[in-house]
Amino acid sequence: MTEKLVVIGNGMAAGRVLEHVFERDADRYSVTMFGAEPRVNYNRILLSPVLSGEKDFADIITHDEAWYADHNIRLRSGVSVVSIDRAARTVTDSSGAVTPYDKLLIATGSSPFIIPVPGHDLPGIVTYRDLDDVNAMLAAAEKGGCAVVIGGGLLGLEAAAGLAVRGMKVTIVHLMPHLMERQLDAAAGYLLKGAMESRGVEVCIKANTKAIIAQDGKVSGVQLEDGRVLPADLVVMAVGIRPNAALGKAAGLNVNRGILVDDEMGTSDPAVFCVGECVEHRGQCYGLVAPLFEMAKVVAARLTDDPEPRYEGSAVSTKLKVTGVDLFSAGDFAEGDDRQDIVLRDAARGIYKRLVLKDDRLIGAVMYGDTIDGSYFFDLIKTGADVSSLRDSLIFGQSFAGGANADPNAAVAALADSAEICGCNGVCKGAIVGAIASKGLTDVGGVRTHTKASASCGSCTGLVEQLLAICLGDSFQKADVEPMCGCTDLGHDDVRRLIVARELKTIPQVMQELEWKTSCGCAKCRPALNYYLICDWPTEYEDDSQSRFINERVHANIQKDGTYSVVPRMWGGMTSIKELRAIADVAEKFAIPAVKVTGGQRIDLLGVKKEDLPAVWADLNNAGMVSGAAYAKGLRTVKTCVGTDWCRFGTQDSTGLGIRIEKFMWGSWTPAKVKMAVSGCPRNCSEATCKDVGVICVDSGYEIHFAGAAGLHVRQTDLLCKVATEDECLETIVALTQLYREQGRYLERMYKWSRRVGLETIRTQIVDDEPRRKALYDRFVISQKTSQVDPWAERVAGKEAYEFNPLKLVIAEAAE
Amino acid sequence: MNVHADLFIDVGSIDDVPMRGSRIVRAPGGDIALFKSTDGAIFALRDSCPHKGGPLSQGIVHGRSVTCPLHNWIIDLESGRAQGADHGCTNVIGLRIEGDRILLDSSSLSAAAA
Ligand code: SRM
Ligand SMILES: Cc1cc2nc3c(=O)[nH]c(=O)nc-3n(C[C@H](O)[C@H](O)[C@H](O)COP(=O)(O)OP(=O)(O)OC[C@H]3O[C@@H](n4cnc5c(N)ncnc54)[C@H](O)[C@@H]3O)c2cc1C
Ligand code: SF4
Ligand code: FES
Repeated sequence: MTEKLVVIGNGMAAGRVLEHVFERDADRYSVTMFGAEPRVNYNRILLSPVLSGEKDFADIITHDEAWYADHNIRLRSGVSVVSIDRAARTVTDSSGAVTPYDKLLIATGSSPFIIPVPGHDLPGIVTYRDLDDVNAMLAAAEKGGCAVVIGGGLLGLEAAAGLAVRGMKVTIVHLMPHLMERQLDAAAGYLLKGAMESRGVEVCIKANTKAIIAQDGKVSGVQLEDGRVLPADLVVMAVGIRPNAALGKAAGLNVNRGILVDDEMGTSDPAVFCVGECVEHRGQCYGLVAPLFEMAKVVAARLTDDPEPRYEGSAVSTKLKVTGVDLFSAGDFAEGDDRQDIVLRDAARGIYKRLVLKDDRLIGAVMYGDTIDGSYFFDLIKTGADVSSLRDSLIFGQSFAGGANADPNAAVAALADSAEICGCNGVCKGAIVGAIASKGLTDVGGVRTHTKASASCGSCTGLVEQLLAICLGDSFQKADVEPMCGCTDLGHDDVRRLIVARELKTIPQVMQELEWKTSCGCAKCRPALNYYLICDWPTEYEDDSQSRFINERVHANIQKDGTYSVVPRMWGGMTSIKELRAIADVAEKFAIPAVKVTGGQRIDLLGVKKEDLPAVWADLNNAGMVSGAAYAKGLRTVKTCVGTDWCRFGTQDSTGLGIRIEKFMWGSWTPAKVKMAVSGCPRNCSEATCKDVGVICVDSGYEIHFAGAAGLHVRQTDLLCKVATEDECLETIVALTQLYREQGRYLERMYKWSRRVGLETIRTQIVDDEPRRKALYDRFVISQKTSQVDPWAERVAGKEAYEFNPLKLVIAEAAE
Repeated sequence: MNVHADLFIDVGSIDDVPMRGSRIVRAPGGDIALFKSTDGAIFALRDSCPHKGGPLSQGIVHGRSVTCPLHNWIIDLESGRAQGADHGCTNVIGLRIEGDRILLDSSSLSAAAA
């Protein structure tokens, strides 16, 4: 007698199990199959081509009516199972009918997750899981208008690309700093963002959805946490999936996130099997088909009493199905000290490849732009082969790997003479090799002069060096520019030059275009890049707080015990009864243990608890005070003396000028800290001649000094020039600071910059070249528009609130 | 089965910890620092540097390491060990991820564990 097999779910995993069961034993079972969707089984992963119009539904059907008929399957499509009675071995469906089983297979897949923001249930919101969703999207696209896709993972991107092809104006809202963060690293995420944007899809990263807004009972927009409202006629939620395990749980099976199965694909009931996305195996729930197909083989074996095959988990790889975007990721590409990265970036062709090795084995791969070797690498990951002998050329892929003695220069040596090395100047390999030989060149500089190769953007410098090494052998020595850090061979100046020349505007973009050797930089280069980008693109660049040292991140100075100090600005060292009272009140209210007058003419509140910071700032803000930036690589203090207001020797209004400079320049970021002072006469009571910039007032005007220091090194300032009026004085100081901002290397104080580029060069540009001085001044003014925002007030208003609150307070009893 | 093995406390969602950043959990036994590396992995360490007790939660996270904000020791997030020439180790706190929830081993949160 045939046994009764009941299958819940008519999806990809269930279809595959049945195929294998019929191959093994065509007559063993009489099958009843329930499918909540009112149709036959289809290839769900090809819904995206249906959405974009590259395929019809008919093209993606995997099991048609005839297949069910041929195998005598009773297909109950459009009917869901609502409960399982394991004791009676029956299932009850949505029509109320009860069906008995000998063996039960649960293959219910998973459901899209809906973020429970206000408005999440409005008409006009769809998820992306089945054909009905695609039809809903197509109907919306007919009418045109705007679509917002929430979620920049695989599904969100495919939905966005499809809707864009269908003529909608699409915006992706993604919470994380880069797209597909589960599969890609920041570098590949950056390239992908560019590819989406070139398809007309706008991408908002680090954007958190706050609410969905309605008009006339229908979706009209998506409101973000930062206040922006994106217009939307259609909202697609693609933020993740959740295994459909509820049915199993209600039936008393062991369930965690998914229904628990062992390596034999058994559940806690020997008559019940489970397969697909609803399963949890060894702590893993999967969302891709490859693991489901492997599970299906094992389940089919169990259903036909073959004890052999076991399921031991799957390595997964991902490809994005957006036409024209080549992207592949597999395995584990997390960073770790026991792991090594091999990174290849070909900026000109938009290619990025990264391999992650551990103990001489390949464990992860991310590829963008050129994915031909995806399956080769995936295979190396799955087999865990020792790759130490291939290491040097591994990243070039299968065609290169295994070549006898893999030489790092081999790839360049193998290039044809006609291969272009310098894209900017169109110089090919033959021309460079020829010049090296005929002109007897020995370094990159020589090649630059004679061929122009590497003379423009410089990104081919590495290739030119390799050519020199090939032609000259061991006698070639690389020029020793000190690299910024271990992540790049470029020095600070090259990086700064290239950021401007190539209009690089985000950290991942710099790392990709300048061929960084690590995937996300280090604690040395990230703060530097963050500064360079703020300085060069003040109105466009969005600050990356995670690339800042803690003091600049929370706008207070960390102390040895983990508390913070708070220093409000006291313009030019002047204060008032109101400010002093506010400081006293704050100190009392928050039990701040120490109040100190600093060496910078203002008051420091020391020992403030981190979570009190926003409240302390709010009180200080209310008394009209802003952050003194005592923590910043930026303008610190402008010390003054009492000047003509009171002093019998004062020649000019030194206090007023100091305050004017501080009010004009506060908030600006600089390579290292900048301290200034204005003294009313050469007696110099504000110590102006040991500051980064100091003014000494004299009867006939103002002497502007700069490049002094009184810290680790004590250095007296140099005289830059003398001017007659306050206005000229301010213009000169601002232009000088801007020149330093544009040329200084990160953490290089003004006196070191001056020593490096030379006092005369600076004087020529600032004092003698008036148009240049004015242009520098104007650039500073532009950058101040976005810099003069009190960081304290922003945080009082709620910005980055997570910085100041513990995630959780665990009380004593809970922990015992 | 060991009864204590199951005493894990839900402390929040993985989305609450910023990428390349940190959050703290305040517990009777002292603060615990949770970190998220660029690849989205979560780590938990006692929030105290093996050098002079600096709050590691306030450091810069890079790769799977954090640079202490006080004197720049680099601590490995997985093992809690100081890297390079420096020697010392911070306690790693037992951690489990369930869905998007972060669960911490309660035995390391109690005052007795301090
Ligand atoms: C508070 C203060 C000492 C005081 O109680 O007076 C102070 C405190 C610190 N100084 Fe200073 N410096 C203070 C005036 C000075 C001065 C005097 C001045 O500005 O006129 C100098 C010498 C002038 C100079 O900079 O050339 C000074 C030279 C330094 C240096 C050495 C800099 C150098 O390039 O050589 C450091 C170390 C550094 O920046 O790397 C430093 C670093 C520090 C730090 C930030 C140490 C740190 O990294 O945590 C201290 C922070 C304590 C805190 O949380 O408030 N501090 N420091 C003064 C704050 C002034 C203000 O109102 O903002
Ligand atoms: C748009 C899209 C693109 C994708 N692209 C890829 C890709 O490129 N590569 C890749 O590997 N994977 C991709 N996937 C994922 C892949 O489709 C899934 O991993 C796979 O379909 C899961 O198979 P399953 O059988 O477990 O679940 P499903 O295919 O979802 O089948 C489960 C079926 O069970 C039904 N059901 C649920 N509960 C009940 C009930 N109580 N009673 C009756 N029926 C029920 C559901 O309606 C559903 O039809 C994509 C998914 C989507 C949505
Ligand atoms: S002199 Fe040294 S100890 Fe004193 S505040 Fe400055 S850095 Fe700290
Ligand atoms: S306390 Fe961490 S480095 Fe000193």
